[in-house]
Amino acid sequence: MDYSFDFAPVFQAWRLLAEGAWATTWISAISMAAGLVLGTILTAMRMAPVGVLRALAIGYIEIIRNTPFLVQVFFIFFGLPALGLRLDAMQAAILTMTLNCSAYIAEIVRSGVQSIRPGQIEAGKALGLPSFDVYRFIVFRPAIRAVYPSLCSQFILMMLNTSLVASISAQELTYAAQMIDNRTFRSFEVYFVLGAIYLALSQLFSLGLQLIGRSYFSYPTK
Amino acid sequence: MSAVAARIRPDQNPQAVTDHPAQATITMSAVNKWYGKMHVLRDIDLRVNKGEHLVLCGPSGSGKSTLIRCINALEEIQSGTIEVNGNVLGRKGAKVDHIRRDVGMVFQQFNLFPHLTVLQNCMLAPRRIHRATEAEARDKAMHFLEQVHIAEHGHKYPAQLSGGQQQRVAIARALCMGPQVMLFDEPTSALDPEMVKEVLDTMIGLADQGITMICVTHEMGFARAVAHRVIFMDRGEIIESAPPSEFFGAPKHERTRAFLGQILNH
Ligand SMILES: Nc1ncnc2c1ncn2[C@@H]1O[C@H](COP(=O)(O)OP(=O)(O)O)[C@@H](O)[C@H]1O
Ligand SMILES: [Mg+2]
Repeated sequence: MDYSFDFAPVFQAWRLLAEGAWATTWISAISMAAGLVLGTILTAMRMAPVGVLRALAIGYIEIIRNTPFLVQVFFIFFGLPALGLRLDAMQAAILTMTLNCSAYIAEIVRSGVQSIRPGQIEAGKALGLPSFDVYRFIVFRPAIRAVYPSLCSQFILMMLNTSLVASISAQELTYAAQMIDNRTFRSFEVYFVLGAIYLALSQLFSLGLQLIGRSYFSYPTK
Repeated sequence: MSAVAARIRPDQNPQAVTDHPAQATITMSAVNKWYGKMHVLRDIDLRVNKGEHLVLCGPSGSGKSTLIRCINALEEIQSGTIEVNGNVLGRKGAKVDHIRRDVGMVFQQFNLFPHLTVLQNCMLAPRRIHRATEAEARDKAMHFLEQVHIAEHGHKYPAQLSGGQQQRVAIARALCMGPQVMLFDEPTSALDPEMVKEVLDTMIGLADQGITMICVTHEMGFARAVAHRVIFMDRGEIIESAPPSEFFGAPKHERTRAFLGQILNH
């Protein structure tokens, strides 16, 4: 093996990497938030007394969870313009990530809701609160708390999945690395550093999510 | 809230209250309920008058919880009618939320909301339903928390309170909605013995204020002290209904006697 490692060209392009990392961070953050909202709506539909809503939610969740993420990205970026919806690469990336993770989140949130004792819901109803308020003010927070670790893993997984949107030239971290590779031909070094940056991002996200969790779920339980 | 009324002693002939038709707060007529094939309420006829205190007892599984849970539509009935404060609960009740606002409920397991402080537990429903301002809801919550002697714990979370304290908060939370009727489902059964008294005392205080109450309980001392009528249920039927002196002194039915023998002799 006579390959001599040279990381210098990679580090010289640090600006590109930093911009890419930042893009990955914010598109992930937006998709997580939007995915949580959409996932919660899907959960509500999934558990609604109305059969049509349930069927819609189940259909959606099954389709998303049983098709590859990359195919979903291509469908939205290359396929939707046929219907007149033309999105730029970033918009398509965020939309796909949101739609994709909402299906997984819906299943997680549902198991959280199911972990809530029926007495909690009954107490809310007995006070005269309408169902929506019961779920919003009584069920939601303890339900999310119950599944927060799974929710966080799902978020991290989704953040890592963003690397796939480089394939539609969305300018995030992996895309930046590919550009550097094309210029320097230092593939080993580039992707080694790229992996390290993703690892660091995972740790940062994990920490951030833990901090959010700690403040939102700070109430004591027995 | 009305002024504190003198406690009506059970021996002062509660029938005088009972027979006044205009004052019925709850009327159950020919109510039947099944869980699948199991017939858990059989032709229940029950009138509860304004200000009346009812104690409901009977063996486990006899349908006591089911009966009171039908009154605020936590359970659906299959036939018969239930009228609460003039609102009729149909099979698919349209005014369910209205009825629930008039009827407070206290559960065996307290069912406080763990993520809300004591104050927030009490303020949630008035804020959402009566659109009370933060300050109004807080004042009202403090008023009832003081009444149940727990105001100093307003900023604690349920998990930081003892069972007896939690149950008193649950009572205050229900009172914040200004209910006409209070339903209690074995409110002291999940408590350690040393905490039973504080909860019963709170309930006695409430009874003294003249609110309509239906309590499922086996605390016979409580029944003697506040009940106008004690009702014995068995296998989904109301077997006997009498003022406490009669109920305990001269029960008419064999099943009532057997039941009383069991619970009073240990
Ligand atoms: N959700 C339910 N599904 C099926 N059966 C039930 C349900 N709740 C109660 N039951 C049954 O109905 C009967 C009456 O129950 P319940 O009203 O809880 O009795 P009690 O409060 O007097 O102990 C019991 O036999 C019980 O097993
Ligand atoms: Mg019961």
